[in-house]
Amino acid sequence: MTETFGPDVAAEAQEIVARYPRSRSALLPMLHLVQSKEGHVSRAGIAFCAHQLGLTTAEVDAVVTFYTMYKRNPCGEHLVSVCTNTLCAVLGGDTIYARLREFLGEDHAPNGHEETFGAPGTTGSITLEHVECLAACDLAPVIQVNYEYFDNQTVDGAVHLVDSLRRGEKPDPDRGAPLTDFRDVSRQLAGFFDRLDSDVDGPSAATETVRGAALAAERGWTAPAMPEDAPLPAVPDRK
Amino acid sequence: MTEQVDPLTPVLTKRWLSPKSWRIGVYEQLEGYTALRKALAGTPEQLVTLVKDSGLRGRGGAGFPAGVKWSFMPQNEDRPHYLVINADEGEPGTCKDIPLMMADPHSLIEGSIIASYAMRSHSCYIYVRGEALHCLRRLHSAVREAYQAGYLGKNILGSGFDLDITVHAGAGAYICGEETALLNSLEGLRGEPRLKPPFPAASGLYAAPTTVNNVETIASVPYIVNGGSAWFRAMGREKSPGPKIFSLSGHVEKPGQYEAPMGSTLRELLPLAGGMKDGVPLKFWTPGGSSTPLFTADHMDVPLDFEGAVEAGSLLGTTALQLFNETVSVPWAVMKWTQFYEHESCGKCTPCREGTYWLAKILERMVAGHGTPEDIDTMLDICDNIFGRSFCALGDGAVSPIQSGIQYFRDEFLALCQQNKSNAERRELAGAH
Repeated sequence: MTETFGPDVAAEAQEIVARYPRSRSALLPMLHLVQSKEGHVSRAGIAFCAHQLGLTTAEVDAVVTFYTMYKRNPCGEHLVSVCTNTLCAVLGGDTIYARLREFLGEDHAPNGHEETFGAPGTTGSITLEHVECLAACDLAPVIQVNYEYFDNQTVDGAVHLVDSLRRGEKPDPDRGAPLTDFRDVSRQLAGFFDRLDSDVDGPSAATETVRGAALAAERGWTAPAMPEDAPLPAVPDRK
Repeated sequence: MTEQVDPLTPVLTKRWLSPKSWRIGVYEQLEGYTALRKALAGTPEQLVTLVKDSGLRGRGGAGFPAGVKWSFMPQNEDRPHYLVINADEGEPGTCKDIPLMMADPHSLIEGSIIASYAMRSHSCYIYVRGEALHCLRRLHSAVREAYQAGYLGKNILGSGFDLDITVHAGAGAYICGEETALLNSLEGLRGEPRLKPPFPAASGLYAAPTTVNNVETIASVPYIVNGGSAWFRAMGREKSPGPKIFSLSGHVEKPGQYEAPMGSTLRELLPLAGGMKDGVPLKFWTPGGSSTPLFTADHMDVPLDFEGAVEAGSLLGTTALQLFNETVSVPWAVMKWTQFYEHESCGKCTPCREGTYWLAKILERMVAGHGTPEDIDTMLDICDNIFGRSFCALGDGAVSPIQSGIQYFRDEFLALCQQNKSNAERRELAGAH
């Protein structure tokens, strides 16, 4: 049996534990690490975490089922998340999600929530999900691929995006680092950033993000000037 | 103080225009880490007093005075103290902390160091929403840079003060934005809220004294240290001073982040965002996310600060202004939001868990054209049984869109039910043949 969770993974798990004064705090990042190995959180992954932290598998399972980012079934190369909360929905998010379900589904059976198109893990395989507010409402409707932002989406644009992914291409996100895959970003969520120096400079300043600041600069509007010297307040000695 | 203040007052958002503003070199060129030097030359008591004097109120939604919250932390150090940054932005409509952490992570780091010093904490955790991966990258990189520059670690800038910051990723749960649920999650548990009291200042992370503050709150601190409380109070209103990031989204021409004085009105902000999209009139809007009761076109002159929003029957929340035009059905929007609360209710408290489930079912039936006028009363009754009857504010937030939606647009709910009734009558007549 090949060891998915061998000594190297155990060493990384213990690196996570070392970040916290109490070991159990390592559980959430450790589950992201487990997900990076298998593309989901399996029974073996749960047992691994339980063993690393001295917990029962039931205790770990209870945590896994609470959080939506831990997937119970094997995921595709990419995770495509479509925001269908009210504001994105009204601007097209619901239609985009419905169209992508059809596009990835087979013969009158649209892809369901968290269902995977293609054999999980293979190139071009895609897990589709609808998600709650992604905190990018000024850029609605938004989609994330492996948690990188694709902003101001349209139905056609979203289909084109997913079709590119299916063909094995990796289009650049509007905000975020160059696309890799779901397993790789799971590793980053565990706190292991192998390409941080280059990834960190991936774009972020959308037009919408800096609109207010740009408008103020254009019109010469500013906050009141700070005084030359603003001493910290005097505090009487406490008895 | 009586001077006219400009319509937009970029403080937190000003650096966002600079290329690579997330790098420490750029941050330092733009006054970065000057407030830290000044703070470390003072005492923790002075900093707590300064933040109290400034009137800075929590930017995560509740608006609790930050300096007062800090003053609840014990003066002694019998046990470790913790500062935890709530970077779990997820309230529908809210989109200010994520751009802030992407563009200017060092302002959050610098604010965290000053706040930690003020509260005698030597460990700070930044709990970032898992889906905000690019923020996690920027923060990890910024923390690494800050250690290398001597702003973090042992004996910071020769002050004798030690601090470690750990960036921690969540895993997808809206409820973890509630401070005690966040602490449970950070301890590796299900993100269920705790009963208060005890409050986190007495028993928080690992049952030790803890303060949980929002990103925008803490990022404001370096500016207050540099500018002083009078400068901060020159913007905004008496009880809600300072600049605030207003996030305008939805049916507007130019959605985006607009940093303006607290107390600005939608009538002032909307033209800055280019007005309503295609000129279609405004129907309803949220002043601070979906958990704040809806406003209508009649509320455009409400001062958007903590007092103004409450006096007008809503809450300031996170100043996430989601604008919807006349084409949008209120019952439909309320249904969508209710489905969100149903999904995100953690399940700990029965009124919230069961209530949001049934509210969603009723609204789904109503929007599908099978509602009855009695459903409206049933929903209001369920809302009464959720509000104030759960551990945390999620349940209270869940009833906001429903109660306010019915308050201002009851006819629209009734019309759906009337339509259903006439459909049913037609079906009965058809059956008589």
